[in-house]
Parts: sequence; structure tokens; C-alpha cells
Amino acid sequence: MQPSPRWLLALPLLLAFALGGCADDSGSGGGVQSVKLSTIRGRDKLVCGVDGKLPGFSFLGPDGTYSGLDADTCRAVAAAVLGDPSKVEYRDLNSSERFAALASGEVDMLARNTTMTLSRDSAGGNGISFGPTTFYDGQGVMVPVASGARTLKDLDGKPICVESGTTTELNLADRMREQGITYTPLKFQTGDQTYAAYLGGRCVAVTSDRSQLAAKRSSFPKPDEHILLPEVMSKEPLTPASVNGDPAWADALRWTVFALFQAEELGITKANVAAKVAEAKANTNLADLRRFLGVEGDFGKQLGLPADFVPKTIAAVGNYGEIFERNVGAGSPLKLERAENRLWTQGGLIYSPPFR
Amino acid sequence: MPWILQAVVGLALLLVIALLVGNLVRNLTAAGLLLSWRWLGQPASFDVAESLIPFDASMPYWRALLVGLVNSLRVILVGLVGATLLGTAMGMASFSSNGLLRRLARVYVEVIRNIPLLLQLLFWYFVVFLALPNGTAAFQLPGIVLSKSGLYLAWFAQGFSWQGPELVNGVWRAPLRLSVEFTALLTGLITYTGAFVAEVVRGGIASVPKGQWEAATSLGLHWSASMRSVVLPQALRVIVPGLNSQYISLAKNSSLAVAVGYVDLYSVSETTLNQTGRALEVFLLLLGSYLIIDLLISAVMNGVNQLVQIRER
Repeated sequence: MQPSPRWLLALPLLLAFALGGCADDSGSGGGVQSVKLSTIRGRDKLVCGVDGKLPGFSFLGPDGTYSGLDADTCRAVAAAVLGDPSKVEYRDLNSSERFAALASGEVDMLARNTTMTLSRDSAGGNGISFGPTTFYDGQGVMVPVASGARTLKDLDGKPICVESGTTTELNLADRMREQGITYTPLKFQTGDQTYAAYLGGRCVAVTSDRSQLAAKRSSFPKPDEHILLPEVMSKEPLTPASVNGDPAWADALRWTVFALFQAEELGITKANVAAKVAEAKANTNLADLRRFLGVEGDFGKQLGLPADFVPKTIAAVGNYGEIFERNVGAGSPLKLERAENRLWTQGGLIYSPPFR
Repeated sequence: MPWILQAVVGLALLLVIALLVGNLVRNLTAAGLLLSWRWLGQPASFDVAESLIPFDASMPYWRALLVGLVNSLRVILVGLVGATLLGTAMGMASFSSNGLLRRLARVYVEVIRNIPLLLQLLFWYFVVFLALPNGTAAFQLPGIVLSKSGLYLAWFAQGFSWQGPELVNGVWRAPLRLSVEFTALLTGLITYTGAFVAEVVRGGIASVPKGQWEAATSLGLHWSASMRSVVLPQALRVIVPGLNSQYISLAKNSSLAVAVGYVDLYSVSETTLNQTGRALEVFLLLLGSYLIIDLLISAVMNGVNQLVQIRER
């Protein structure tokens, strides 16, 4: 008599797993329905991947709340989809984790200083679906004033600190190669380690997006002792993203961000949005405003969002200009210039396609 | 009918594997991510801080990964030797007749073994090595200079002339320079693994019957001679299998290098993954590399184990 093989009992379980796995995702057929949108509604929470350690963009404050331009982008989307900006679960991700977290569905979207590039966007690369750019940036280099370095050439033969897994790493290599400058790249996995090594004097310079350098500098013990070199080494369009393969969800994200731009262009603010809605309801001649605010037409429905997603979003976080000023502009410790992040009507790059 | 049972189980297992692989391929196809290795030949276009083989940004990804592998092997090999020397010394010291030495060995083992390795690496790098002075203020011993930018050692220069570190225009130069990242990682790996090796060695020595010590002493052998000629050869039978797993741990732990800025295989893979998006391929290469390294260590240690076993005549 053969002793009963107890581990055989585990087989049906294993089978159930594999089969269950199949049955599970065979339901993800295409069409107008969005799996992601129903998932988000089902759990009544938007899971948003952020940096979490970058003042002005996404920063976990001592009171346990996130602040910043990226954090507000998450809030805007939560307000549009769920009608409540507080229904966001933030997930801190470092630059190496972010794409895997997005691809695996651990987060619904990224609002995390991510540069839109061809290889990240394409199906043959990271296969990411990018929304509209929320911050136009460029890569810069920060050095201690005391180092005496004033241009890239002064860094010849020196170690430079950089966060690994970023476009920064590649731009640095390209620019230095062009100009024939030798250097040693010291790569660290997280921003914390990168800036700790810089402050520890291991490298003479640290490179990243200029906004990020300014943000990190604001948290240094002595911010005045560090300067940004004048060279801008690259274009860095920082852009929220979702995973490829759910166009309806990508559209909802895209047009929520556009709504922030459009609201600024139309002069709709957090303070006056209620009045604007009332005005649009009262006056049938204001067709553009009525459509934008969801009083007329079915824009919300077309996106799989509530009809009034625009006023809800603006009431929650304000328009793009308000978000910018509050987090990184004049009203913040960073005091960054609006520069190319002004509206197109003022010579900037911020532009929303028509809501029609 | 045991063979029917075996056949059924075998078939079921194959079915499960087929289902899982099928599922994987289907999901990858849906995501447009079928396995491809063409990217290995494309230019890496990123730089590395240190490399034993020539490398620049115009070379392909496979070359960058090779640089990482060589750097990993370098820290693993030096680490294995260092951890063995330190661990053996500490393990033997815990049997010393000198009470101070004995206690020192115990304190070392208990402190180091109970702190996570990652913390120790960050400590060595950020707290100890980055606090070192630079230039003329660097720590100097005959033939050795230790500064924030690295460890400079005397070594054979051209021909067979012995050459020490020298200061040229405020910058140290030496025939052998170890980056501070490598030195910090190595220090962390050696001290950490050394503590475990010390325990393995101590256990091995303790397993030798007391009578053997007494017999050696009655022959008029000193402590060190008894240890060397009588006790250690017998203890090795117990020590070697234990060492094997410590060596394998050290090899795997070397992948924590990325925390202290050393360009090892994992660090290069991470950059490659981020630039190419080929997560599955990069991880397959990583898994394969570490598996091969560990199997090699095991094979060598099993050979050593055969040598030290009792041979019946």
C-alpha cells in the first residue's frame, strides 16, 4: 500500500489558482468600458504614485498630508472621478519602482516628476500612456558656491551625483560626451541617498531637473550655499501617466488635466466656480461655458465621468494657475518663475484643446 | 499502482506549468511586451563610475551589464577572502586564553550579527567614509592613504618597483586606488559576513572533543600549535558546509551595492531596465547571473568539503 501523498491535496488548489488567474482577466475585454475606472469606483479610492519627498511637487508633511503640484494633480483626478479630492491613496515610489508599479496595477496613475519620452511612451518600450504635461522643466546642475564651479566645463574630471534610473543619467552622459568633458557618475537608488552624498561632499555637483534641484535646495540646512549652473541640459516635460491599454481611463485623466488649463484660461477659480456655474445655468447664450461646466451637453458621460466633473475639480483644487502659484510659484518657498509654464495666451506652453 | 499515480501527478504538474506559462505569454502579448533580446546590442548611452574593463557610453547594453558583473565578482571575491580571514580570526579568538580577546570576539559577533546589513552599509558609507577628510588632511599610514575620495594603496607600478601614494596638485595618486563606494561596500560585507563566519568557525572548533585538546597539550604543543595541527583539521569537517551558505549569502548581499553608489550588476541592470523597459529580460539575466555565481561557489565548496572529510583507509 502506497502511503497517501499528502501534497497531492495541494494540486487542486494550484490548478484553481492558475485557472482563476485566467478567468480573472478574460473579463478585461476592450470596448468603451474602462476596467480602471470601475476599479477606482469600486474601491472608492484613487491610488496615485508620487515621489513624496519633493517639496512643491509631492511632499508628505508633518501633519500626514501630501502637498504639491503632483499631489494636487492626484486630487484633481480623484475629484473628477469620485467627486471627492480627499479620496486619494498616495504611494511613494522611487524612480526605479515607478514604472513597474504602474504596469502591475499597484497604482492607477503616476504624478511623479516623470519625463515623457518616446521610449517610455511606446508600446515597444515602457508602454506608458502619458497625459498632458503639467510642468515643463529642464535638467540642471547644482554646485556648492564654495566649489568655484560656474559652468559645466569647470566640472571636468569631477564626480557628479545622480539618481539612477532617470532620464537625467542619460542626458548627463550625452552632454558631457558632446563637450568632451570627463566625469565620474555616482549613482544612487533614491533621491535621499543622492543628495546625502552631495551634501557629504562625495561629489562636486548634483544633477536633476531644475525644479527638483530648487525644491531639494529649499530643504537643505543652508540653501544659500548652493547655486544652479546656467546651462539647461535637456527638455524635461514632467507628465502624469497611466498604463497603456485602457484608453477610456487615459482620456479621463487627460481631460481632467486639460480642464485645469482651460479653467485658468476662462478665469474660473476655486473661489468663483460656484458663481460661474450659476451664471452658466442662468444664461443660455454662454454655450462654451455651459458645455465646459457640464450644464449642457454630455462631455462627462463621453469620458465615463460625472456631468459636473469640471466644476467639482476646480472647486477642489483650483485652476492650473492657482495650483502652480500655491505649490511652486510666488506663493511657495520655491518661488519658481512661471516661464514656459504660463498659458499659451501669455506666451507659455500650457494649452488645452477645445472642450467641444 | 504507484506508477499511475506518478504519471497523473506528472501530467497535472505539466498542465499547471503550461497554464502558467500560457497565461504569462498571453498577458505579455496583450501588453506588447514579448521577450526580445535585440536591445542588448543597442548603445547603453550611460556612463559608469568604475570598471575593470574598458567602457564608455557608446558601447552596447551587454557590455554595460558585463561591467556590472565584473564589478560584482570583484567585490564578491575580495569579500569572500576578507570575511574568511576576519571570521576565522574572530572564531579562533573566542577560544583564546586571553580574556580581553575572547570578549572582544563575542562583542563583535553579537553587535554585527544583529544589525541589518543595509543599515551597516549606509553607516559605513555616509557616516564613516563620507566624513573622512580630503587632500592633504587625509589619513596617512605608510603605503596607505584613506580619504573621502577613496583608499589609495602602495602597489607594484611599472616593472616590479614598489610605489606608494603621492600627493600631486592636492589630489592623491597611487598605483592602486579603491573608490570609497567599493571600500564602504567591502567593509560592510566583510564585517557582516565575518561575524557569521566567526560563529561557524566557533561551532566547528567546539565540536572537536575536549580530549583532543588535552591530548595535544600533553604532547607539549602550545595553544596555537594545537589549534593549527590538531583541532582545526578536525573542525573543518563541520565548518566547511556552514561556510558555504555564508559565502552564498555574501554573493547575494553584494547586490545592496546600489545603496552606496557602487556600480555592481544590480545597479547597471536597474539603469538598463529603466531605459529599455525590458523588465522581464533584465530580471531573467539578473536571476541567471546570481544563480550561476551561487552554484559556482557551492560547487567549489563541495569540492573543498570532500577534501576535508575523514578518509577511511
